[in-house]
Amino acid sequence: MNNVRKDFPILTKKVNGHQLVYFDNAATTQKPYQVIHAIVDLLEHYNGNPHRGAHTLSMEATELYDEAKQAVARFINARSADEIIFVRNTTEALNLVARSYGEANLHSGDKIVIPISEHHSDLVPWQRVASKTGAKLVYMYLDEEGHFTDEDLAKIDDHTKIVAFAAVSNVLGMKRPVEKIIKKAHQVGAIAVLDGAQSAPHMKSDVQKWDCDFYAFSGHKMLGSAGTGVLYGKLELLRNMEPFLSGGDMIEYVQEQSTTFAEVPFKFEAGTENVEGAVALHAAIDYLEAIGFDAIEQHEYELTRHCMEGMLKLPYIHLLGSKDPKEKVGVISFTIDGVHPHDAATILDSYGIAIRSGHHCAQPLGHHLHVEASNRVSFYIYNTIEEVDYFLSKLPLVRKQMGFKD
Amino acid sequence: MNQLYSDIILEHNQNLSNKHELKDFTLQEHGHNPSCGDDITLQADIHNGIVRDAAYTGHGCAISQASADMMIDLIKGKPTAEALRLVNLFLDMIKRKETDDAKLEELEDAIALKNISNMPARVKCAVLAWHTLKDALEKKEENR
Ligand SMILES: Cc1ncc(COP(=O)(O)O)c(C=O)c1O
Ligand SMILES: [Zn+2]
Repeated sequence: MNNVRKDFPILTKKVNGHQLVYFDNAATTQKPYQVIHAIVDLLEHYNGNPHRGAHTLSMEATELYDEAKQAVARFINARSADEIIFVRNTTEALNLVARSYGEANLHSGDKIVIPISEHHSDLVPWQRVASKTGAKLVYMYLDEEGHFTDEDLAKIDDHTKIVAFAAVSNVLGMKRPVEKIIKKAHQVGAIAVLDGAQSAPHMKSDVQKWDCDFYAFSGHKMLGSAGTGVLYGKLELLRNMEPFLSGGDMIEYVQEQSTTFAEVPFKFEAGTENVEGAVALHAAIDYLEAIGFDAIEQHEYELTRHCMEGMLKLPYIHLLGSKDPKEKVGVISFTIDGVHPHDAATILDSYGIAIRSGHHCAQPLGHHLHVEASNRVSFYIYNTIEEVDYFLSKLPLVRKQMGFKD
Repeated sequence: MNQLYSDIILEHNQNLSNKHELKDFTLQEHGHNPSCGDDITLQADIHNGIVRDAAYTGHGCAISQASADMMIDLIKGKPTAEALRLVNLFLDMIKRKETDDAKLEELEDAIALKNISNMPARVKCAVLAWHTLKDALEKKEENR
């Protein structure tokens, strides 16, 4: 893992006179040369509008786009590339499911069940489905450490039509009992929608083993470029859904007053596709698979354990969620007594350390825990123990600069 | 950087004498930065065009809190037109439209926030209270 850093040009950047320490990977990850070059290579040699022209460049672009889809299908163990829809990001993928499945299939009296820890992207779309259909949005409130309780799971009952949750929470960083919750959803006849924004980058995704009905994730959080995300859906569900957006490239025949739509997945990909993004995601997948998720998980575990140990020694630091690094994937949210997260982030930035501060797009969780804002560090393959030590050495200076005499 | 969290800013952040609810107030306005979560409610008791008392409640970073405290120190006891002029002077300082320290002295301790204009990520924190007051005073003007 030590030799990956040389592949990431941005990691040599100086910030405020210090070597950059990038600990905001849950927001977006940095890109290796392999991904950057894949984009440049496409634009220099193969750029055409896919699925349209009969000329060479159009066909080459089509081929690269379709190959990227096959790589994604293998990456998450889908049955076929027809189950893979390229969208802009996780948010768009979840909106597609909410609109094309949720609004079409839910009725007054039905329930949508989600945990309180969800990202706004896996929460606001369900609020809208509820308000349009008369369905009820029900929250699982989790225990103090962020685990699902029996009471939570009991909320998934015969009225439940959709259960949606993140396989890894972006605030708590905790891995969820994915199969258990999905099984419970299926027992009551609900579909399971899995937000994979924080799982796809850090662990092996297996949609067949999990048996989720939909899986959504973002390329930019796993070394790819912004603007390409993935929606996986079971083929029989996708076939029965109405298109999300309509226009070019998603049609079969268009007449003056009516249209028949293309097959899945093209039915859901209206307009010119983001081939650069698809090619970047393909390169990112190749890069991650060459390292392997066993090595990635081990590396992130070491960083997380070391960092949590160091933080737990500081009495004014409080960790959100589980204190067991084994339950996490390299995401640690915390508060510092007497120091607002914005100030902590500004002070750490003055030492070149990039962390996230604020509500992490999960305001309902913040209200529920009475922690309106928090700090978050999140690691990826290129982070090192030395960087964690550097961060731990600067953490006490945050309190000092805010006038505390610890 | 070390100058950003200067003693004067830390003092105003820790000073709670302006952070409470007013029993009597004629003006109340809520201000919020959705991107960073700073959230304050400003109250003022205005009589015959004079700000007799003012206070704030809410939560946010040291910059937003110190800035609110400084502003309240500055406007208490002043005519509303004068308060509005000082608010505009502060906003001009942050926008770097007014850079003359001799003129900015009028802002008293709030001049310590001048360097915020170099930190785009924190400008919103510094101007929150001032924008909130400006909105409230201008609304009051319209309603007359
Ligand atoms: C769990 C989770 N879901 C959804 C999203 C939204 O991702 P995007 O902004 O790429 O759509 C994020 C990103 O922060 C996330 O962490
Ligand atoms: Zn702020």
